[in-house]
Amino acid sequence: MGEKIYDVAIVGAGIVGAACAFEFAREGFSVAVIEERAIGGGATAECMGHIVVMDDSEAQFALTHYSQKLWREIADELPKDNELDQCGTLWIAADDEEMQEVFRKEKFYKERGVEVQVLDSKAVSSAEPNLRDDIVGGLRVLNDSVVYPPCSARYFIEKSNATIFQNRAVEITDEGIKLNNGKKVKSKFVVNAGGCWSPEITKDLNVQRRKGHLVITDRYPNFAHHQIIELGYLKSTHSFEKDSVAFNIQPRKTGQMLVGSSRQYGDTDKKVDNNILKRMLERAILYMPSLKSLNAIRVWTGFRPATPDKLPVIGKHPSHENLYLAVGHEGLGITTSLGTARLLVDQILNRKSEIPIEPYLPR
Amino acid sequence: MNESVTLTVNDKQVSVEKGTVVAVAVINAGFDSFRKSVTGEARAPICGMGICFECRVKIDGVSHSRSCQIFCREGMTIETE
Amino acid sequence: MKQSNFKTDILIVGAGPAGMAAVCAATQSGAKCLVVDDNPNIGGQIWRKENAKPDTKQAKEWFEKIRKAKFDLLEGTRIVSSLNEKVSLAETLEGFCEIEFSKLILATGAHERFLPFDGWTLPNVMGAGGLQALVKNGLPIEGKRVAVAGTGALLLAVAVYLKKHGAKVLLIAEQTTKRKLFKFGLNLFKQPKKISQAFALKKDLLNIAFKTNCYPISANGRDKLSSVTFQQGKRKFSIECDYLACGFHLLPNTELAVLLGCKLKNGSVAVDEWQKTSVQDIFCAGEATGVGGVDLSLIEGQIAGYVVTGEQTKAQGLFGERAKQKRFAELLNSTFELRQELKGLARTDTIVCRCEDVTFGRLSHFDSWREAKLQTRCGMGACQGRICGGAVDFLFGWTNESVRPPIMPVKIEGLLRDDG
Repeated sequence: MGEKIYDVAIVGAGIVGAACAFEFAREGFSVAVIEERAIGGGATAECMGHIVVMDDSEAQFALTHYSQKLWREIADELPKDNELDQCGTLWIAADDEEMQEVFRKEKFYKERGVEVQVLDSKAVSSAEPNLRDDIVGGLRVLNDSVVYPPCSARYFIEKSNATIFQNRAVEITDEGIKLNNGKKVKSKFVVNAGGCWSPEITKDLNVQRRKGHLVITDRYPNFAHHQIIELGYLKSTHSFEKDSVAFNIQPRKTGQMLVGSSRQYGDTDKKVDNNILKRMLERAILYMPSLKSLNAIRVWTGFRPATPDKLPVIGKHPSHENLYLAVGHEGLGITTSLGTARLLVDQILNRKSEIPIEPYLPR
Repeated sequence: MNESVTLTVNDKQVSVEKGTVVAVAVINAGFDSFRKSVTGEARAPICGMGICFECRVKIDGVSHSRSCQIFCREGMTIETE
Repeated sequence: MKQSNFKTDILIVGAGPAGMAAVCAATQSGAKCLVVDDNPNIGGQIWRKENAKPDTKQAKEWFEKIRKAKFDLLEGTRIVSSLNEKVSLAETLEGFCEIEFSKLILATGAHERFLPFDGWTLPNVMGAGGLQALVKNGLPIEGKRVAVAGTGALLLAVAVYLKKHGAKVLLIAEQTTKRKLFKFGLNLFKQPKKISQAFALKKDLLNIAFKTNCYPISANGRDKLSSVTFQQGKRKFSIECDYLACGFHLLPNTELAVLLGCKLKNGSVAVDEWQKTSVQDIFCAGEATGVGGVDLSLIEGQIAGYVVTGEQTKAQGLFGERAKQKRFAELLNSTFELRQELKGLARTDTIVCRCEDVTFGRLSHFDSWREAKLQTRCGMGACQGRICGGAVDFLFGWTNESVRPPIMPVKIEGLLRDDG
């Protein structure tokens, strides 16, 4: 009597693992998912749920743009609890230097077919009255969206009809995955989508935890209309500095405001760092003074799985025939989850991908 | 003789005894519903001690004020949702 | 917003009977004490608004004692987070204050458990203590028809109180069985003081229909409550009324204790015989250590107040009485145990989490609160799980694993504090 051999076994049911399950299942693969804790947990549960194009590099743009398109394609089938909302992103410039950045981004995006609008100071005030009124200008990216990721992860898993093993994966072998209860899950391929935990079973992975803080408020409908991010945010994601904060606010469909953001290396303690929290909120209040008197209901931390070159690792592991990696998505896991999954499916099926895969291949 | 306090609830004037909480002023002014739930249900206080958050109204422009824990003051403006 | 700082020897959180007793005891040796309470006045729930007009001899006695005691008081003030071991952050009506203390006595009391049933979210369906609190705060109840339901001695106290203030108390529906109550009555004979309290109550309760084995199955009405349907055995009946005062037990308020790292036992703050918690210099007294009524709270409060000021002998003098009160409390708890049928009151579309409108049906899909929270946001709203917590514990066996600051919603301004 043979044990079932799955086509693919995926470690991790965060958004990336779940998206992989979804895409593999769509291609007719039988899927096993190994997830010890909740579906949609980890960074997926802790993050902001922003589906955004980014232009830090051509490779980052290609993946976010492609992946955003895939989200749009399934937008109508997502259940209501996913709360997908195409509210757009508003990048704001606080000074002339940042305004130059706005024009640079405008050019970059327009050349690549991304719908954007440059807003002057008056237009920014009109679009977002709660921003302080001396904002120099901004760039509105119309097709960016926000979503509630844990529910999307659950939807992806449900659609995939995957068999879920509520265990911890302890070892990846040639035959599949060994679980912490001694049992084995046999599969032709294995995908490590373990997020911050991915180095536990693929030892050579250089994935670090980059801590972030978020605050969620009570409901204040119409306090903000877009995901609003200061252009300094990019300096924050860029830097290898130990601690940095940048203003980033998201209006949820519920009317609650999600306020961020912070980045820290080297602190793996879940505990809220009051000093960073203070810095983060002071920065946010600098941009939106009336934030001060909104009620905060919860404060929490999360960890982004980060790689040294700011790009995720997507592709076959160089030394294991059956192992594929989908890790290191830092702050873009939600956005790039579907694109990541497609790239992996393409590779296994020996199909050409819609975007170049080299920048993300494991080395 | 108990001092009275006059305030407005949804533009309706109401007088209450000093030491009355805002929640009671809202009820006395004839409003059964304090706020709407996320699916639009009418809601009113249940705990009377400041932990259910169903008594939230706008007091003098400040949203999400727990009316069962705040005494009425002369001239207060209260708005329910 | 105004910002102030306090430095004190003993910080007492909660100005109900336990907190009042604690500060009266602690100030006897001249210790510098600061009492904070979220409510606008002292007295907690049971003695709400009784400072000027005490309802019982006991309340009168303690309000007199506290008037004579010298201490600082911050009303309308709630602790929202812990800045470090000895400094807490509180939000007040005007702003914020940082409170530095050497020793802390938690007297955070308890809250009612609400069980969801069809229509329970209608305006004018309230907790038993909830309706009483509003009446104490000025709600006119004269001539209003009230049904009191749920379980516990609280129902009787509430019914009597409402009746005294002119309400037409139509019914007390107690979910426990007649047999259990009878057994309780027999056991009362071991506690003479409780008997006289019970008989005093009984006189006041004449002419109020009291049904055992009886619980609400639906609250009916369009924009507000108009009638309640009850089940008693196989029989269903409905009563038209203006208010339903319904509560199923009191549950300890443990958020602050857990935030500070105190261990819990059976959902209450664990303390030793000195009312000391598992954290150095943090004590706990009253309902938060286990619901046991006002007499027990007063004793525990005094013990804690004596212990923190080094008066061990005075504290020990109260150990015997505390043991007696605890036995009574255990008796109460077993008498009023919740029956299994109450688990069936929530229908698929009955809202369990009022903050996020999450129904029982949706919650039933999940195996843990963590999963349910993540997928439905049950427990993640403004009340931070205080209302639905008691329900999901009873319905699904889910409990809160941890508590994060702020333990009360707080203005963002209040989070602009670094660790000293």
